[in-house]
Amino acid sequence: MKNENLYKYILGIADNSLILGQRLGELTGHGPSLETDIACTNMSLDLFGQVRSYYQYAAKIAGDNRTEDDIAMLRKEREYVNVLLVEQPNTNFAYTMARQFLFDVYHLLFLQELQKSKDLTLSAIANKSIKEVSYHLRFSSDWIKRLGDGTEVSHQKMQDAIDGLWTYTDELFHQTEADIAMVSDGIGVDVTKLKDAYYNKVKAILDESTLQTPESKWFQKGGKKGIHTEHLGYLLAELQYMQRAYPNMEW
Amino acid sequence: MSEEQIKNLETQFEARIARDEKIEPKDWMPEKYRKTHIRQMSQHAHSEIVGMLPEGNWITRAPSLRRKVALLAKVQDEAGHGLYLYSACETLGVSREELYEQLHSGKAKYSSIFNYPTVTWADMGAVGWLVDGAAIINQVPLCNTSYGPYARAMVRVCKEESFHQRQGYEIMIKLANGTPEQKELAQDALNRWWWPSLMMLGPTDAESIHTEQSMKWKLKRKSNDDLRQQFIDQTVPQAELIGLTIPDSDLKWNEERQSYDFGEINWDEFWQVVKGHGPMNKQRMKARVGAWEEGEWVRDAAMAYAEKKQERKQKQAI
Amino acid sequence: MSDKKNWPLWEVFVRSKNGLEHRHCGSLHAADEDMALENARDVYTRRSEGVSIWVVESKNITASNPENNGEMFEPAHDKVYRHPTFYDLPDEVKHM
Repeated sequence: MKNENLYKYILGIADNSLILGQRLGELTGHGPSLETDIACTNMSLDLFGQVRSYYQYAAKIAGDNRTEDDIAMLRKEREYVNVLLVEQPNTNFAYTMARQFLFDVYHLLFLQELQKSKDLTLSAIANKSIKEVSYHLRFSSDWIKRLGDGTEVSHQKMQDAIDGLWTYTDELFHQTEADIAMVSDGIGVDVTKLKDAYYNKVKAILDESTLQTPESKWFQKGGKKGIHTEHLGYLLAELQYMQRAYPNMEW
Repeated sequence: MSEEQIKNLETQFEARIARDEKIEPKDWMPEKYRKTHIRQMSQHAHSEIVGMLPEGNWITRAPSLRRKVALLAKVQDEAGHGLYLYSACETLGVSREELYEQLHSGKAKYSSIFNYPTVTWADMGAVGWLVDGAAIINQVPLCNTSYGPYARAMVRVCKEESFHQRQGYEIMIKLANGTPEQKELAQDALNRWWWPSLMMLGPTDAESIHTEQSMKWKLKRKSNDDLRQQFIDQTVPQAELIGLTIPDSDLKWNEERQSYDFGEINWDEFWQVVKGHGPMNKQRMKARVGAWEEGEWVRDAAMAYAEKKQERKQKQAI
Repeated sequence: MSDKKNWPLWEVFVRSKNGLEHRHCGSLHAADEDMALENARDVYTRRSEGVSIWVVESKNITASNPENNGEMFEPAHDKVYRHPTFYDLPDEVKHM
């Protein structure tokens, strides 16, 4: 592939939205209220919309006959390069919102930079996605506050969720080889530069929500290299089921 | 109020409906009108909410991204429709929580069709095509029903649902025109969903208890049997068009009636499922009750937070 | 903390496009006004139905009572002089 770094770079962005969208999709019909259920499905739909734009672009770059669905559903476990954070399960609504929030803060910062990319397709996708993700962040931050500063029970559950997911935040700022190459071409975003803004923003919301910002310095990594938590395999088993069980068919 | 006065009000009330006037929440209405409407609207709302489950079952396994977003949007619409209908119910002074309580305790019914399992992807096609198809036939006339909030909710519902049946039929077209294996999936789904879809339009007129009163109040414009005939007449050609066979050996075009004759419906099965003995009754309720109970601490937290925020605002104002 | 309370009911008004008035489009449940706005956005503007939303808690709406419809609304029926058609104009005056 001529543009292999660009291809890999796009997957690095899009896989996050794919896996997070899939996780949110699991909840449709099971939310704590009808209104909240509808809202979470909206976020899932936004993310899948983004995924399709990215993968369609990636398929074009690959230049063989692969489709968005081939990219989404026909890779092996080790070929997905999403961060570990987004594949964590919907343990309870606190986990779902904490995962969303910890990703949204990053996602918005990232897209604001990607908008400036020399690659016009990426910059256009970023431009459209920013509006969606700004709303996601508003929605998830509000829930962090409600649950953090709600009842004793909700405070405890939200603190547990933040503590449990914290270990996956640092990976957001790791760079792959494709990242480094794309940054030097003026196409990619230097994520290392987003780190301070990220932790400042997260801390500000957690403070407002009466939650403790974890101090642990031990972080998990590997997602960007395709080494995932055990959760991803099951998620992929569902995501890929039809394409694997009925190969080479149109739907 | 004396009995005569009530009679008088009732006569005026029926006359208003006969003149096609809408009844609004604060208008005087006979107690029976109120109760019948709470029952029908809540049953309708429950059906939307429980109806999310069989289709929600395939969201994570949809075979393509295009199908996945369409299915997500459809199931989400069902949540919206449940919400509109619960809201319409609430105008009659019953809260959503009370309505949930009735659903969860088994006191309230919902459409029995959702007690059948969705076992293959083709079921997403069959449900959209047949179940939504039958639902539309039931629902379109309700846009003109006599109770204002119900009629307005139904206008919104019907407008949004217009893509649902197409979504299902398109899935069936793809399968029917696909590989032999795919076509078999489609035929199998049609075989399993055909009869329950016919049952969905309700018991035969001879056994239907509420019909006459409901006709007067425009809760119903056509009898169950007429609706069923309409559904069959419009669906059979759609099956033929994509080369699928309706699983009814008695199905035959009747030139004289300009309609299809069809075979005997297994009403025993229908009543068994209504009574709770369908393949999925227990699982559906478990999922609904589970979501509601697991959500309790979340809803409580949001209320507690809202109160704290309100207090802080008031303190600031002083 | 107070006794168990459910999310109250809110009425939603949506301006469908710039220049038009807000119209009532339905109701929903939410714990507070911020959530009511967000829920209204997610429930009632999924198909680009709006450019502006108002929410108001249902209990804050004061409604007229249909029993008083006679005294409230009928007196206006015979005040035809409030309408332009009440006034005679010579045919020559085409626009007024």
